[in-house]
Amino acid sequence: MRKTPMKKTTGILALLALFMLPLAASAQLRVFACEPEWSALAEAIGGDLVEAGSATHALQDPHYVEARPSLIAQVRKADLLICSGAQLEIGWLSMLLSKANNARVLPGKDGFLEASTLVRRLDVPDSVDRAQGDMHPQGNPHIQMNPHNIARVAGALGQRMAALDPANASGYAAGTADFLRRWEAAIATWEERARPLAGKRVISHHKSWVYLEDWLGLVEVGTLEPVPGIPPTAAHLSSLLAELGADGQGTNKPGAEFIIRAPFHSAKASEWLQERTGIPALALPMTIGGSERAKDLFSWFDDVIDSLLAARSEPRP
Amino acid sequence: MKFGALHLPLAWPLLACLAASSPVLAQQDPELEALRQEVRAMRQDYEARIADLEARLAAAEQSAAAGRAAPAPAATSQAGADYGYEEPPATSPQTVSVAPESLINTAIGVTFQGQAWAYDNDPEDYYIPGFPLGGEAGPAPEGLSLAETELTMSANVDDKFTAMLNVPLVIEDGETAVEIEEAWVETLGLPGGLAIRMGRFFSDIGYLNDRHFHSWDFADQPSPYQAFLGNQFLDDGLRLRWLAPTDFYLEISGEVLRGDRYPAGGAANSGVGATTLSATTGGDIGFSHSWQFGLSWLGADAEERASGSEDEPLLFSGDSDLYIADFTWKWAPDGNSRQRNFTFQAEYLWRDEAGAYALPDGSGGPWDSDQDGWYAQAVFQPFPRWRFGARIDQLSGDDPGAAWIGTPLYPSGSDPRRYSLMVDWSNSEFSRLRFQYTYDSAGDGAGDNAEWGTDNQFGLQYIFSIGAHGAHTF
Repeated sequence: MRKTPMKKTTGILALLALFMLPLAASAQLRVFACEPEWSALAEAIGGDLVEAGSATHALQDPHYVEARPSLIAQVRKADLLICSGAQLEIGWLSMLLSKANNARVLPGKDGFLEASTLVRRLDVPDSVDRAQGDMHPQGNPHIQMNPHNIARVAGALGQRMAALDPANASGYAAGTADFLRRWEAAIATWEERARPLAGKRVISHHKSWVYLEDWLGLVEVGTLEPVPGIPPTAAHLSSLLAELGADGQGTNKPGAEFIIRAPFHSAKASEWLQERTGIPALALPMTIGGSERAKDLFSWFDDVIDSLLAARSEPRP
Repeated sequence: MKFGALHLPLAWPLLACLAASSPVLAQQDPELEALRQEVRAMRQDYEARIADLEARLAAAEQSAAAGRAAPAPAATSQAGADYGYEEPPATSPQTVSVAPESLINTAIGVTFQGQAWAYDNDPEDYYIPGFPLGGEAGPAPEGLSLAETELTMSANVDDKFTAMLNVPLVIEDGETAVEIEEAWVETLGLPGGLAIRMGRFFSDIGYLNDRHFHSWDFADQPSPYQAFLGNQFLDDGLRLRWLAPTDFYLEISGEVLRGDRYPAGGAANSGVGATTLSATTGGDIGFSHSWQFGLSWLGADAEERASGSEDEPLLFSGDSDLYIADFTWKWAPDGNSRQRNFTFQAEYLWRDEAGAYALPDGSGGPWDSDQDGWYAQAVFQPFPRWRFGARIDQLSGDDPGAAWIGTPLYPSGSDPRRYSLMVDWSNSEFSRLRFQYTYDSAGDGAGDNAEWGTDNQFGLQYIFSIGAHGAHTF
């Protein structure tokens, strides 16, 4: 009575079996990073031993990415997955993992590394209520904005890569040590240069910068978003303007000296506030590729520090 | 709905048991919770202090190193060892925070949905000539009503399996019923890119079929989904899904199902009444464009499958084959769909049925007919929160023969077509309000079916979700 579905099924299964024969294995360790800073870090440590790619790029908000077919295909082939975590990728990473059928990179396996678990997280909420916006119960996930955090992740990443590719363990150890040597030296110069920024007050678009602020001693006095994840509203901006005053020096409490946003945030709100208060609005790179100059891990932080210093010294209109 | 529905008195104890066994509710013991909070606070405090000490140590080393003319190798390797870290044990809650489902053992979520519809004609009398509707298809009730309230629970069972339950609470004929819409277990990490799912689930066929009500872009399914799949095809069975280890995306899946639901029926072939196969591929073009294309087949055996009026159904027995081609294209500048995005999607469905129909008046006879349908829709989000959409859907069918003239199986002279417009507003990912207008010409030119004629339909809808809310598919 049926049109031989069983025969069709058998044929398909045979075809599947054929496809599953081991493909020519790539010698390189395949690293799937959720954000560009982690793929750059993997390359900095592993060099030619790894083939790293990032799911997102600097002009994309990593909170909101679609679980696209191309990303599923990449996760399927990955040996190691590294993501910021702390629910930054909550909207898409679990879907990629459940669609990719790759046991090597599931949480709990050596191939799964969540960077935010390695650092001291800030903004860990006491209670989680969505009335306060898009809450991250494990704290603020934008840990990459403090270079000390990147150093901690580098150590763990090097160990993981060595564990997954033991034949090249010494290469990863040497790569980690070399990177950390250069990175520590760079941190020392950034901290020296950034000294005049300590204590400066900033308004941020989204709470993306708490680790940068913590590192440099900047003080966040407000956000353009009324609550995290909710786009700026006219009412909220007006109340900010009232607090800051027409000169940006503050009416009741101290004003601010920078308005900072990520390149993927709409410039409208920060420019609106800049026009009315004279406070300089900056788009700072949140990762590699976020500005013309941010071409690697080092030039990225060079650019962040220099942009802040330059905006500070500009005369007020 | 009929088959899986448990009525309320029976279902509540079941739900209560599930809830009681959940660790989330167990946490509500105030003493236990207070203790947990204390431990958590202590842990955070110590973590913070240790990190602080480490930072100070590193700073001290740096200044010591800076004091020397050139950094000695010993000092730098010391700094490196400092940042070497110890893996937290696998059971530490910190290791699993990417997957929200695993943070609390069971992820529980509720989606609240309600609607208001106004029609020119009486939706109780709605039918499409030539396409008697089965399953859950058909217009929403007139006036104010609650749409399904979805209760979702999911968690990993252990290191090898994950499970999910979706139970919509629906109002049927004035009574609340609990339906098991999805209840499945899936393997985690079989080798070779394979995964096996077992239980009840939405079939993988087509693009829209496996999407839950709350993630639809319009308030209703396009007409080919209503006519050929009873809105959505879900059934009990097994699925084997394989993802090719290729640079481009290629997924192939096959299902063997009970065949108890429209367009199958009667659990034919000793309870293996439906088979599906589907293949999906897709990719990106630059940063801003991505696409997906799929082909699928559903072969169903029907034994006295009911459609049309619920009280006096038409009964079909025979073979029903459905072929679907789906295409989706999404655009978002720089891949930032949050700011601005555009989605175009279209599907073509072709159904080939051979068997026999029995009509409620005792007549009937052999049936062999081809029918097809398609829809195309575009949804544009010009700025955050607001989306605007337009959709066309259409059905057309063969002339099944003069014997069927005057029956609900005889199609109208013109192909039934609908035009829909929608606008929705989302305050966050968890809330959405929608307006939809549909011009429906299902009954146009239908001869003695003309009492339905054409219809203007206005709908308002809300969708809110609390608790865990899983990530959405592409």
